[in-house]
Amino acid sequence: MNKQIFHDTAKDLSFKPNWMFNRLIIYGILIIWAFICLFPIYWTITTTFKAAPDVMKGNIVPWWDFTPKWLGLKSLGLSPNTIFVENTVREEFLKRFWNSTIIAFSSSTIAVALGSCTAYGLSRFSYRFGFMRNSDISFFFLSQLILPPVVLALPFLVLYKELALLDTRIGLIALYTLTVLPIVIWIMRDQFGSIPVELEEAALVDGLSLWKAFITIILPIALPGIIAAFIISLVLTWNEYFFAALLTSSHAKTLPVMVASQTGSQGIAWWSMAALSFAAILPLVIIGIILEKFIIKGMAAGAVK
Amino acid sequence: MSSSEGNYLHIVMPDQISLGRRNFGRFIIWGSAIFLILTVLLQSLDQTNFLTFGFENWRPTLYSYLLWAFCLCLGQVILYGEQGKRRLFILPAVLFVVSVVIFPLIFALGIAFSSWNLSSPDGRQFNGLANVYQMWADPFYWNALKNMIYYTLAILVEYVIAFGLALLLNTQIKARKFFRVAFLMPLMLSPVAVSWMIGKSMLEARFGPISRLARELGWENPSFFGSHEMARSVIMMMDAWTFIPLMMIMILAGLQAIPKEMHEAADVDGAPPWKKFWEITFPLMLPVSITAILIRIIFKLKLADIIINVTSGGPGGATDSVTSFIFREYRDRSNVGYGTFLAIFYLIIIVILMTILIKIADKWMKPRY
Repeated sequence: MNKQIFHDTAKDLSFKPNWMFNRLIIYGILIIWAFICLFPIYWTITTTFKAAPDVMKGNIVPWWDFTPKWLGLKSLGLSPNTIFVENTVREEFLKRFWNSTIIAFSSSTIAVALGSCTAYGLSRFSYRFGFMRNSDISFFFLSQLILPPVVLALPFLVLYKELALLDTRIGLIALYTLTVLPIVIWIMRDQFGSIPVELEEAALVDGLSLWKAFITIILPIALPGIIAAFIISLVLTWNEYFFAALLTSSHAKTLPVMVASQTGSQGIAWWSMAALSFAAILPLVIIGIILEKFIIKGMAAGAVK
Repeated sequence: MSSSEGNYLHIVMPDQISLGRRNFGRFIIWGSAIFLILTVLLQSLDQTNFLTFGFENWRPTLYSYLLWAFCLCLGQVILYGEQGKRRLFILPAVLFVVSVVIFPLIFALGIAFSSWNLSSPDGRQFNGLANVYQMWADPFYWNALKNMIYYTLAILVEYVIAFGLALLLNTQIKARKFFRVAFLMPLMLSPVAVSWMIGKSMLEARFGPISRLARELGWENPSFFGSHEMARSVIMMMDAWTFIPLMMIMILAGLQAIPKEMHEAADVDGAPPWKKFWEITFPLMLPVSITAILIRIIFKLKLADIIINVTSGGPGGATDSVTSFIFREYRDRSNVGYGTFLAIFYLIIIVILMTILIKIADKWMKPRY
């Protein structure tokens, strides 16, 4: 029973160190790249807690070569001893943060709602608008991706001035919806394409109306795709800077614009910039860690057919 | 980017639409359309001081447009019943895109051929082809276009790195989730924050950690934005850093879709790993790679945030992208007319080149085995 039947030949044994060596290189490269990806984030977090001498000496590891201080958070009015005190910087920061949140969430929601209806329609019915067939309509939507924002920016500046929409959240929401709509349609078309038509056929035979079947049966199945599309829209709209910089001035200014306006004016007071940058990236870092699966799913959509 | 025609849902539902209902549908569509036209007319008369109604802005037109759009959607259902409900799936998005893209584009064409400085009181003046001549003689714009070519070529390097990382992630490794999340992170960060985190602090000449490292390695006075080539490559690297994850994930998805039997068959035939890659993995990955590169090009052509915030085009326009150039044209000189013309010209170039690229890509995407 205990007699060994298979023996490692000399060839197999020489294979083993080779395999170990390969592993070593693979993990080496992976770790180096992970370091490249994560170090800037680490750097920003630690710089938030550095005082001027620490910055100048280039200290990197907290508690080992410098003692963390609350400087960065204090400059935003968020450190333990300033959090209950009136603070104009914090007011400003929270206002921008709130603007960014509202704009990113509303435009992503609208884009996902419009985009999933469109993608569903395009994947289920054949349309004809003049010379445009389904594939032309899809192309019409997806081609919006190519449109560089700079082409729309200046006309919108003038239009919004006439419409009194300059420096309003609604104005930005409309534009952001437009910028993410093609991506949502791209992801959702892929998602609906993988759901068999027989499902709706069964539902319709059972007496559901078209829209009811769509909302109660298809949408729940397509939920992973919807979440993926929503998160990716959220990332893009939260980080958008170009339109916000041109079209907002005081009322509807978003967080990236605030971050951009602070750079360069701080000298060696890196802690305040670091705190601000960190606050700007934190929500998405958290979303990225928790919902990584959906983001990857969304980005992979359409890549593989 | 070819679109696949799925199998459609075929339903036949008889609809009895009464004459009264039909008339009502027509009435609300045409009624709201006439209302919209009337509003536009009144507002333009008001604008040209022909009549005075005291409109403060064009909001009334916007509202009547929204009303018309709503009535048009509602009218589809009233007029065509089930067919109309199907149209309702795509009609809102079509109306939205047309109103925020097509209309402003036409408007932009009007602005592009005029001299319009927002800070001067003269307002808009049609100036024919003057913008064309100005562009022709503007070395900085051509320089920005040239930079865009460099930036786009950098995608090939990004592609190689992304492919390598995807291959590594696709092997049997421990802690794959950790590496995936870590590699994804740069994509989640706001470019503006990145331009401070890396461009302004880590690359800072005196105290930045990368400069320190460079000094340790023997570079006396590290300056990353001093010379033209250096500045441009640093911008390229920062942009690559943020966007490599996007390509990597698309390629990884492609790699995971390759059937295992292919590799097993090659193993049985005794193919060495290098050959296995070139003969199996790479050809099979060609369609995915082309999609990834095309999408990356599209994003690259919009490159601006990092440049605006780190170098604002300097030194001497070496890092300028078209978008950042036009941004400054507006910010520094409020020159809307000229800026719009440059943007339209850029759009035309992009559309032509992308069409050619997509045509070529479609040919390449066809499997050749």
